[in-house]
This record gives sequence, structure tokens and C-alpha cells, in this order.
Amino acid sequence: MPASFEGSKMRLLLSRLLVATSVLSVAACATRPPASDPDAVAEFQQNNDPAEPTNRFFYRVNDGIDTYVFRPVAVAYRAVVPGAVRRPVHNLLANISSPVIFANDVMQAKPRRAGDTMMRFLINTTAGVGGLFDVADSLGYPQHNTDFGVTMALWGVGEGPFLFLPVLGPTNPRDAGGFAGNIALDPLTYASFGGSAALGYSRYGLSAVDARERVLDPVDQVKRTALDPYATFRSLYRQNRQSEIDTTRADNRATVPAWFSRR
Amino acid sequence: MLTRRVLLSSAIAMTVLLAAGPVVLAQDASTGFVLRLGNDLAGIVNGPGTYEDKKRRLAPLIEEAVDVDGIARFCLGRFWRTATPEQQAQYIQLFHRVLINNIGGKLGEFQGVTFNPTMTTQREGETLVGTVIRRPNQQPNNVQWVVSNTAGRPKIVDVVAEGTSLRLTQRSDYAAYLTRNNNSVDALIGAMRQQVAG
Repeated sequence: MPASFEGSKMRLLLSRLLVATSVLSVAACATRPPASDPDAVAEFQQNNDPAEPTNRFFYRVNDGIDTYVFRPVAVAYRAVVPGAVRRPVHNLLANISSPVIFANDVMQAKPRRAGDTMMRFLINTTAGVGGLFDVADSLGYPQHNTDFGVTMALWGVGEGPFLFLPVLGPTNPRDAGGFAGNIALDPLTYASFGGSAALGYSRYGLSAVDARERVLDPVDQVKRTALDPYATFRSLYRQNRQSEIDTTRADNRATVPAWFSRR
Repeated sequence: MLTRRVLLSSAIAMTVLLAAGPVVLAQDASTGFVLRLGNDLAGIVNGPGTYEDKKRRLAPLIEEAVDVDGIARFCLGRFWRTATPEQQAQYIQLFHRVLINNIGGKLGEFQGVTFNPTMTTQREGETLVGTVIRRPNQQPNNVQWVVSNTAGRPKIVDVVAEGTSLRLTQRSDYAAYLTRNNNSVDALIGAMRQQVAG
């Protein structure tokens, strides 16, 4: 059977990849500084990066792929497609991720944020012409983003050691799990458009290009100015993630709308 | 009766105002300071003149409003103590030029920038002035300006963009570079010299 043959080939490839990664991670562990240097030990712990050599290896791999594939595609996207089109495209992509953001808002027990997401989806899908225009923002329903990694953080799941993964980039076990959880939570993952997966893939592809285009300038700036871009991206990722979690945790706005409580 | 009530309530209001006065004023001073600086910066970025022109006008503004020496010391972290006085002096001097260069390099990105204050908060003797920065065709960014008054007048000691602190990020960059170069401050100075020259 060709199908099962393909399947076993795939399994073989996967198991080889797993072995390769585990060998790499065993062989390449960051050396802990000696206890006689407490400052260095404190820094080592603060970086939270015990697999640094492996992570740096994947950073170089990703950087290579980015330089020759993702960045040129994003640059071309910016050059060819005018901002007046890129913005509606971004709005559309954001609007179709509303259900998964809503699911996370609910699981984070943040009713006001869930309400914001719900209203945004209803308003932008209708008055915003299927999500092309963000009308809801000016009506008092500001946009926010969240994912299952943040949800797990609010549930008390620790971040675990820093990881730099192929394609996914800077992350950690919790956020990588959150990435998978987010896909599982997304109703569009299970939607079938006439049995074709083309629409699903185009959405992921377009999202990737859109996301990369939006960080063209900051990423270029880091690569141009940082002495150690890997360490800089690591620091930026961890700080930004922590602030996202803190912001979400602190958002305890009342669910009573302002027009009601004023009476 | 009515006048007495009005008098009483206004007396209470005055007391509250007086009690809260100095704090409110201090916050307002920092907010005003950041807004003035922001307007000056935006004026240069959006104003006329060549790129080199703008960069030249930016430098004195930054030197005046930002505690560059303090940020430099913070960024070298634990290596500041082990550095010789000559190394410290060289490092500080280079840090000024690197910072001005880096901000100057972002000028093009900020064309058409506008910004508005959001919320000002206090933290460990520092004032965090929140602003939202808007650029054409870009998502708005939340930026906090950390202002310290320890020098007797307001100085910016850090900028926090979307939760990422400029001085913390810079410090981890330098620390990583030093760790991978035998903790040699001279190596760092050499690398910074190349950055300024290149």
C-alpha cells in the first residue's frame, strides 16, 4: 500500500529527527559558571537558557532561512502591496482569529476582554465588511491579542527553559505548547472548504508574511546594532512575553458597561 | 444651609488637593517633561532638513534629556566594577556615540509619528510616563518613559516599548558578548568602536 509506505517513511524520518535533536541537546548544554563567581551564576540563572549552544545552532539555521526566504518575501510584500491594502489584509486575518482569542479570554476568566473580542467580531464582520475594516476600535472595543501560552501562564504553568526552535523561533516549552493548543482551539482548523486545505494553508502563509512584514524594521535594527543578536532577541522575547502576561492578569475591568453605570 | 454645605465640601476638597498636591505636581512635571521632549523629537523627525541635519540636531536634545552616563553604567552591569578607570572612560564616551547613532538610525522609521500620554505611575522613586505612539500604517505602540529626578531635574533613565526595557535589553546584549569574549571589557570597547566607525 503506498499510503502506509509513505506513513512508515514519515515515521522513520521523524524518529531520526528526534534522535538527532536529542543527541544535539545532550551534547550541547551551556556550561554553568563556577560557584566562585556568584555574579556570573546569577546571570546564568537569569538568562534561563541551559540549552544555549543548541538554541544558538537553531538561531543560525533560522537566521539563514529568514535571510534567504522570509525576509525577502516580506520585503517584496511591502514593496508590491500598498499599505492601503496591507492594512485590510491584516484586519481580515485578525478578525478570523477572533474565535480563538475569545476562547482564550474565557479560559483566562477575563469577561471584559471576552466581551471586547465578541463585539469586535460581530461589528467588524458586519459593519467592517467581513473584517476588512476595524470599525470596532473607534467604537470603544480595543483590539488585543492573546494565546493559549498566556492562558497557561495565568493558570500557573511556568515558562520552562528558553528555547529557540526551527521556524517557530524564540519560545519556551509552555509557549510552544500554547502554539499547538491555539491551533487545536481554532475552529478554522477543523473547517473543511469543499474538502480542500488550500484556504487553511493560504491563511497560515499570509499570516506569516503579514507578521514578518510588520517586524521588518525592528528586526533589521536589532541585527544592525546588537553585538549579540541572539542574546538580544532572547531578552526581547522574554520581556515582551512577561509584559503580555502581566497586562492580561492586571486587566480586571468591570463587565458593567460605562453607559449603564453612569445612570 | 446650602452655602455651609458648599463651604464644607470645598474645604474638604481643598484639604484633599493640598495633601495630594505635591505628588500630582511631581507627576505632572515628569509628564510635561516627556511630552515636551516628545514634541521636540517629533518636530525634528517630521520637520524639514536632510537626514544628516536632523541627526545633528537630535544629539544635543538627547544629551540634555537622557541620563546617558547612568544608562551606560547600568548596561555594563557587573563588569563596571572590574573595569579600569581608563576603560570606564572610553566605554562611556563610546556609549554616547553608539546611543545617538542607534536613535539616529531609527529616524526614517518614525516619519509621521504622533504621540499621546496615557497613564503616569510611580515606581521606586522613578516616574513611568505612559504614551501611545502612532505611525502611519502601523499598529500603535505603548511606550513608557522612565523619568528619574535624582539629579535634581528630570532625566530619562529608560524607555520601555511594549514591555521591553531598552537598558535591560542592552545590558543582556553586552553581557552575552562579554561572556563569549573571555569577559574582556577591551573586546567590548573594540566592538563598540567598530560600530561607531562602520
